[in-house]
Amino acid sequence: MAIRWGSYKVKNLYDELLRVTGRPRPAAQTLCSYLRALKDGDIEEYKVAAESAIHVMGVTFTVYSEEEGSIDRVWPFDMIPRIIDRREWLQVEAGLKQRVQALNLFIDDLYHQQRIVKDGVFPAELLEDSRNFRPECVNVDAPLGIWAHICGSDLVRDKDGTFYVLEDNLRVPSGVSYMLENRLVMKRLFPEMFEQNSILPVDDYPSQLYDTLAALSPRPGDQPEIVVLTPGIYNSAYFEHAYLAQQMGAELVEGSDLTVENDVVYMRTIEGLTRVDVIYRRIDDLFLDPEVFNSDSLLGVPGLMRAWKSGKVALANAPGAGVADDKVVYAFVPEIIKYYLDQDAILPNVPTYKCINKLERQHVVENIHAMVVKPANESGGYGMLIGPQASKDEREKFVRLIRRDPRNYVAQPMLTLSTAPTLVDHHVEPRHLDLRPFILSGEQTSVTSGGLTRVALRKGSTVVNSSQGGGSKDTWIVDTEAT
Amino acid sequence: MTMLSSVASRIYWMARYLERAENTARLINVNTHLLLDLPRRVRLGWEPIIDISSSRDYFYNLYEDADERSVIRFMVSDTRNPDSILSALNKARENTRTIRDIIPREAWEQVNTLHLNSKTNARSVVTQRHRYDYLHSVILGVQTISGMLAGTMTHDEGYDFLRMGRNLERADMTTRIIDVRSASLLPDMPEDLTPFENLQWVSVLKSLTAYQMYRREVHQRIRRTDVLRFLLLQENFPRSFYHGLCQVGNCLGNLPRSNKVLRILTQLQKKLLRAKLQEFDQEKLHTFIDELQLGIIKINDSISKNYF
Repeated sequence: MAIRWGSYKVKNLYDELLRVTGRPRPAAQTLCSYLRALKDGDIEEYKVAAESAIHVMGVTFTVYSEEEGSIDRVWPFDMIPRIIDRREWLQVEAGLKQRVQALNLFIDDLYHQQRIVKDGVFPAELLEDSRNFRPECVNVDAPLGIWAHICGSDLVRDKDGTFYVLEDNLRVPSGVSYMLENRLVMKRLFPEMFEQNSILPVDDYPSQLYDTLAALSPRPGDQPEIVVLTPGIYNSAYFEHAYLAQQMGAELVEGSDLTVENDVVYMRTIEGLTRVDVIYRRIDDLFLDPEVFNSDSLLGVPGLMRAWKSGKVALANAPGAGVADDKVVYAFVPEIIKYYLDQDAILPNVPTYKCINKLERQHVVENIHAMVVKPANESGGYGMLIGPQASKDEREKFVRLIRRDPRNYVAQPMLTLSTAPTLVDHHVEPRHLDLRPFILSGEQTSVTSGGLTRVALRKGSTVVNSSQGGGSKDTWIVDTEAT
Repeated sequence: MTMLSSVASRIYWMARYLERAENTARLINVNTHLLLDLPRRVRLGWEPIIDISSSRDYFYNLYEDADERSVIRFMVSDTRNPDSILSALNKARENTRTIRDIIPREAWEQVNTLHLNSKTNARSVVTQRHRYDYLHSVILGVQTISGMLAGTMTHDEGYDFLRMGRNLERADMTTRIIDVRSASLLPDMPEDLTPFENLQWVSVLKSLTAYQMYRREVHQRIRRTDVLRFLLLQENFPRSFYHGLCQVGNCLGNLPRSNKVLRILTQLQKKLLRAKLQEFDQEKLHTFIDELQLGIIKINDSISKNYF
């Protein structure tokens, strides 16, 4: 059975490609007709071609529990793209820029005068307990006042199609390499689609990232020495670290490749020591420098924080930027935007209940069967509760957890995430998805055209994380006015 | 562009492991053919292959007999053997994986494919019928990577480390093959075995893909001293020991801070050129080969210490 749009049911939710059953959205018209014409044999051929392309390109991610020796697993990829009309996307893009701009002002303020706290907009006690606030960063002047140079924000659509921001990742967001690789695979598979549609390109990301990083160099004028600092081959995003370094022509280094002398960072090369200007670090704050943070960390570089504070090396993202991606801070983002920019948020937050607030906590506990409960500082979908799908025991466990440490939890009503047709054997079925665009902030702010679409491959599931059975799709921003 | 010490080291080891996989494939191929040509009573079996890779003790820990099946498994697909083809390809891949930002993408894809295919098809190597195809695809795969790197990678310091790794590994394998093969070729063998002795020297040459080139240069019948001279001292044959050393010397000439390593290399070259091969009996040859291998180890250590 090949792809029959008539038997793909769109009911009570937003589908990315179809308006209602059997009726494609304008931007997806060409693609849907193309897919309908495919026979089982063609689909099989595409599947094999996609798999072998990914295999050969070595697109992999690591899962921590996997047995030793086979640390690679191929990242599941669905060949049916997710399509967004460019007119709609421009709005999202503006919203993301606004959001990241405000978050950067917020971080800079927290590490200086803390005006937002003094003005009573952001509660002082939240700041006091924040796990990601780094006292070591107080009064450090980040170049251009920017702390989060690379941000990955997760967006979802509810059933009426509205985009909501689900969370912001300001520490070491990953996934952009999959966005780039997915596009390469799709161009190999469907060259004719790219000819017939006006699909915005994504390939300029590495050079924009390079420019963003180069602008931070403490030695302007010279060609800056930029390195990507990775925890190493066993990290789940290692593939991406290597990929980005390669695409930028930067060195990929581990902590052991670097050394600090007189507050200057050097890397060990075959010629001896060479000075480093900008470090795109993909290591969490607490592992950066054993002199300041975890003293037993072997991943970091002793003295790195000294070098950063004295302005002799730039770090992206800056240490301490994570203070703004805490899920409790998230709940305040609309107020943060209002406070610094005097604007209303263009992109709405998912309504979020802060368990630290007694009334809101009460509401969460009473409605836990309908809530998604998240710990404030975990990523990757670990340690969260999806109320409607959880057992009674699990719900009760979370109620206890919330009562014990209310500050550490937020809850959101369960949204009905949008779906997109996803290949299952030789036909299509709806699967839930989200979207992670990447925002670069430097002298200019830029947003990727689309981003990484993650899809929950299990039927009915809404967990899209690669570590928990998620896959990905290429994301097409289609300019319908251009064709 | 500067080169990280850790990157230089990975390129070097990538090249060594790839070369090791290729050499092992050649060795097994030739042994398979040799055994088909020898009469039963002089068959040498598969044990020498274990000796060439100096893993006799380790082998007998894992297997009872050095029969064809066991040795082939041990040398090709057994990842418990750190020198098996699969282990070598695995390590080559791991090293390449970490330097994807340095190696041209096509070459990485080829290393990855070679590893995947060799792993998937590893079982086919046990039957003689499919063995040739399998080993040939390994040899071809490594050669393709070498060609891609030669044609698409900037010939900078990284490339010098690559060539050093390849040539040292090659030189090392040449000495091993000469050592083990000649040990079973005692000159006082009964007269009627001479044609087979001849056959074995041919096999030494063939293990190193040197037969055809040897023939073009030496027109007489195959003789021990000539073969040794060709494999150890020939300047232009890519698998001769001396050639390997010269290549390493050229690479070092391009690299910064290379004086110390160069001195050690030159010592070994001198020792080699002074040797009177025609006077070497089996025992002397063995001692001499030992010295050459120690020399290789010394160069390797000195490169590590100086650059990695």
